[in-house]
Amino acid sequence: MAVNIYDFTELTRNIGSGLQRAMSPGWARATEYVIIGLAFLLFYAVTGLYIIYGERRICAFMQNRLGPNRVGPAGLFQTIADLIKLLTKELIPIRNADKLLFNVAPFIVIIASFMAIAAIPFARGLQALDFEIGIFYVIAVSSLGVVGILLAGWSSNSKYSLIGAMRSGAQIISYELSVGLSLLTIVVYSGTMQLSGIIESQANGWWIFKGHIPALVAFLVFLVASTAETNRGPFDLAEAESELTAGFHTEYSGIRFAFFFLAEYMNMFIVASIATTVFLGGWMPLHFGLNNTFNHVMDIIPPVVWYLIKTASVVFVMMWFKWTFPRLRIDQLLTLEWKYLLPINLVNIVVVAFLCLMGWHF
Amino acid sequence: MQEETVKNMILGEDDDYVVNMGPQHPSTHGVLRFEVSLYGETIRKVVPHCGYIHRGIEKMCERDTYPQIIHLTDRMDYLSAHMNNEAVCLCVEKALGVEIPERVTCIRTILDELNRIASHQLWWCAMGMDMGALTTFFYGLRDRERILDIFEESFGSRLLHSYNTPGGLMHDIHPGFRKRIVDFIRYFRKKLPEYDQLLTDNVIFRERTEGIGVLSLEDAIQYGVTGPSGRASGFSCDIRKIEPYGAYRKVSFHEVLRTEGDTLARYKVRIAEMYESMHILEQLVDQIPEGDYSAKMKAVIRVPAGEFFQRVETARGELGVYIVSDGNKTPYRIKFRTPNFSNLFVISKLAPGHKIADLVAISGSLDLVIPDIDR
Repeated sequence: MAVNIYDFTELTRNIGSGLQRAMSPGWARATEYVIIGLAFLLFYAVTGLYIIYGERRICAFMQNRLGPNRVGPAGLFQTIADLIKLLTKELIPIRNADKLLFNVAPFIVIIASFMAIAAIPFARGLQALDFEIGIFYVIAVSSLGVVGILLAGWSSNSKYSLIGAMRSGAQIISYELSVGLSLLTIVVYSGTMQLSGIIESQANGWWIFKGHIPALVAFLVFLVASTAETNRGPFDLAEAESELTAGFHTEYSGIRFAFFFLAEYMNMFIVASIATTVFLGGWMPLHFGLNNTFNHVMDIIPPVVWYLIKTASVVFVMMWFKWTFPRLRIDQLLTLEWKYLLPINLVNIVVVAFLCLMGWHF
Repeated sequence: MQEETVKNMILGEDDDYVVNMGPQHPSTHGVLRFEVSLYGETIRKVVPHCGYIHRGIEKMCERDTYPQIIHLTDRMDYLSAHMNNEAVCLCVEKALGVEIPERVTCIRTILDELNRIASHQLWWCAMGMDMGALTTFFYGLRDRERILDIFEESFGSRLLHSYNTPGGLMHDIHPGFRKRIVDFIRYFRKKLPEYDQLLTDNVIFRERTEGIGVLSLEDAIQYGVTGPSGRASGFSCDIRKIEPYGAYRKVSFHEVLRTEGDTLARYKVRIAEMYESMHILEQLVDQIPEGDYSAKMKAVIRVPAGEFFQRVETARGELGVYIVSDGNKTPYRIKFRTPNFSNLFVISKLAPGHKIADLVAISGSLDLVIPDIDR
């Protein structure tokens, strides 16, 4: 079986039919789930750890330092060592905490981000869940995380945690609107909510290029709103270490803290993936013009690499935000959303609808 | 509207959400505790509690001889260590009526200004950190390192200098002193605009500081808020101008005054003071006179009986040293009027009505050094 690195449809179908032939349908299905689950678990952990490593190196680079560079070549194993440290750390029991909710909260946060990752198309055919309502699913699932954050803040029985959780609740629910509406702009353009469908619609140009100004506006709004939704600086009010020590996860230690930490970075990866999928053409290569050498060279690069490059660029921009800007205040944060981003978005969506109605888009 | 109602509410009600910021908290820069009554995110009342790092320096001074006292003053406002040393030295020299060599006054003033810049740099780092801009910390420390190198080269220590003695300096400056300072000024003149680019002109920073924690001139005088924090409210309180000491008589510089009195004004005064300090350094660095690095002093210094007072301008405001002597080699009583103690308590006036994030910004803009509050 020849593996085509540009199209995974054949590969996944072959694996599926191979399993069907080898065992009963029920077992085949179960095996498939286990394989997918393990693959994602591995992917999740490795990506999370290396985004953390990347962030530490990038912020060090921005701040005139070296960052981790001792464990392994160029410090590559630093975050793995950190993970082992966190795994072996004592889980400090909190007196008067709501034990059940306190223990459940980190799992809710990490499950929410884990569910979202299932719908991300890494390449043609390399996608675990390809719903017809893919965008809807991603938005719905990614907002589940706030439940975990609220529970963490509430059950810790700590005042800082509660303030952090309440801030985060207000923040995520507000910015959810902008994220959803900016994605809808492209849904209107492409006429489908299926993530693979949106990528296919960008075969002749990414939406950010061919979607006129509204697509650009939607992209910028999405970038701001999704940074806020993932609780990252300048919108990291839920943690706000200079005000609330660590916000909602003040009382967490060991692996439970690691869950929050990992989920934060994976959420960043997920929103970057969605930005890539919806605005930057997913795994489509970069093309200029119609038929020239440049395009052929670009086609040689495998789609998975394209996808990772684009996602990494968006993640880099989000890190750049964090290490440059001061933190907003809670009232300014909500003002930004309700008085600026949301009206811009609404106008934008009307403009897009008009453009599509007149057939002025590509 | 909401601000007014919150201010008029009776404080300390049952439904107050009281949060302790400190003594272990990242934004208090030390062991200081704010007891904060909250109404949602809005602050109703702030009560600062100090004393967690009280070491009884004033009492210890009664036991020590005058040259020994110098080492204790380092530990008050550790970021203005040199100014603290100088205050005691000037007071003792005034009491003894010693003539100080020109070289010493000139070097002392140069070090004062270097120390002021270093202190303001660290304040800028911490201010950015308090506002959530973590990168400022490394930019500030990068430049502060250069000044600390100058200190290290000349007197061996980087933070707690103890370079002054009554009558002069411990030993002479390093031969490379002048060149290092000239290099630093050339370097820092290029780097200081970066501070503005990174933080001052940032729209989020502006939004968070403009009109926040406005200190009126009356309050500034009433609470005795001195230094850059007082001058941001228009309170002309620069001891270098009012009662010039050292070489400040000979140099020209501006007292930076602003009238807004908000967090941004306090920020801008400090940034402008760094430019002024560099201006002073430029005037002095080429004119260090030759001569002795210390006046001839007796082996045991006995201050004549009486009361003596000397004040200097540290990086945070007015430091007063009041010595009561009974003619012995140790003072009978010594009192330090430290700037941070007065600057701290104005926070209970500034913060109410603002959000909890503003409390952090305000306390950052007051530039508190906790050991100086408690002594």
